Amino acid sequence: MRDITIVGASLAGLTTARSLREQGFDGRIVVIGDEEHAPYDRPPLSKEFLAGTSSEDDIGLTEPDDSGLGVEWRLGRTAEALDTGERAVLLDDGERITTDGVVLATGARARTLPDSVPEGVHTLRTLDDARALRKELVPGARLIVIGAGFIGAEIASTAVGLGCEVDIVEAAAAPLQRALGTDMGSVCGRLHARNGVRMHLRAGLAELIGEFRVTAVRLEDGRELPADVVVVGIGAQPNVEWLADSGIPLHNGVLTDERGLTEVPGVAAVGDCANSHRAYTAESMRLEHWTNALQQPAAAVAALLGREHAAPAHHAVPYFWSDQYGHQIQFAGHRTADCTIQVEEGDLDSGDFLALYVDGAGAPVGVLGIDRPRAFGRWRRRLAGRL
Amino acid sequence: MIFVGELADLPPGESARVQGEAPIAVFNVDGELFAIDDTCTHQDASLSDGWLEGCAVECPLHAACFDLRTGRPSGPPAKKPVRTHQVSVDDGLVYVLESTSVDAAVEGVS
Repeated sequence: MRDITIVGASLAGLTTARSLREQGFDGRIVVIGDEEHAPYDRPPLSKEFLAGTSSEDDIGLTEPDDSGLGVEWRLGRTAEALDTGERAVLLDDGERITTDGVVLATGARARTLPDSVPEGVHTLRTLDDARALRKELVPGARLIVIGAGFIGAEIASTAVGLGCEVDIVEAAAAPLQRALGTDMGSVCGRLHARNGVRMHLRAGLAELIGEFRVTAVRLEDGRELPADVVVVGIGAQPNVEWLADSGIPLHNGVLTDERGLTEVPGVAAVGDCANSHRAYTAESMRLEHWTNALQQPAAAVAALLGREHAAPAHHAVPYFWSDQYGHQIQFAGHRTADCTIQVEEGDLDSGDFLALYVDGAGAPVGVLGIDRPRAFGRWRRRLAGRL
Repeated sequence: MIFVGELADLPPGESARVQGEAPIAVFNVDGELFAIDDTCTHQDASLSDGWLEGCAVECPLHAACFDLRTGRPSGPPAKKPVRTHQVSVDDGLVYVLESTSVDAAVEGVS
């Protein structure tokens, strides 16, 4: 393999380029990124960067060493099609890049509301999104967050710190329900109330009010919440539409085997856009986790180059974290439908605890900790022992 | 010199945290003691809570790995090294001599 094209220039794309060099690939690497910016880290966008304590330099992912990667960057360019026959990537400006291998690392984008929205309504996924939102979160601003998932929770937390008044509107019965389940979602969601954020649960959004600029949010029960700023945090969807006619199997992202290879020879997928078979859950899952974007490329690169790759066992355990109101929430593993909760340390009421998710057969399959990093790290590795 | 504690209270695989000018983490790796700055250079996290793997510690939050001998990170997300400090044991008592700055040779590669 002499030439490899990486489509996507965020954490997974950059890590793929680094992994290629680390594993001895000395051919040509082209990296395509649809943003103008050099690779940057996204977790701080809803936290330190939004709060103004981290600069654009701070969140940059490239290091002086990376100049030695010898990567040909195509930034501000969008891949529009993949010709799997020739393994050619077609760009929006007409360039056609033909290579021996292609790594798809196109990530996911923020889901948006179906209608056009007035000014003052934001999503948060990119650096440009964060720049725009940061200008609006001034002291006293009334912020409505639609969606009480992790991104919404982190933005609420940051906004409170900036002196905003915050309401969260959530359709489910509990915040963080999809990731943590109703009970643990509710426990973690108490952080909002403790910090003066109002939570509106089982509340559907009827419409955004405001002719040019948003002035309020109307809920399905008729209530109207006044707003200066609205953030829509209703999840993300993989950037795979451009592959629709390529013959690459797609289902909630790019389908791959455990190593990240697609059915099409020489084409791999990594990071948020990859729906990969996972040994830990024995099923395919798309993981929108930073850790996955950091760890998956090494395996995919090894598979592409026909090399052996042995990752530490705990890398197979899905892991994510969130920082809210000065607390660290960590979760590893997964949640099965028949899970029950077992508190290992601390207590739920104090909000400082470590809890296990135990499946119907009595085996721990997931661990959740708030401000318990040491015990959490031990459990994360014990969970890997299931494999 | 900063007093850490009794060696008997710091068995292999364990760590301790002490306060110097900055917080310092002391590790016992199979009988050999190492000390580095306790705060991960990527984001506020305590490395003494991290996972020991040979002569490296993995940050408990975001998996940045630091070499205990040099303070260098092995890859992202951390970019900057942590300071390393001298550890001494006298009559079963552990002490740390805090360095003034990051080793210039190490800083050069960060």
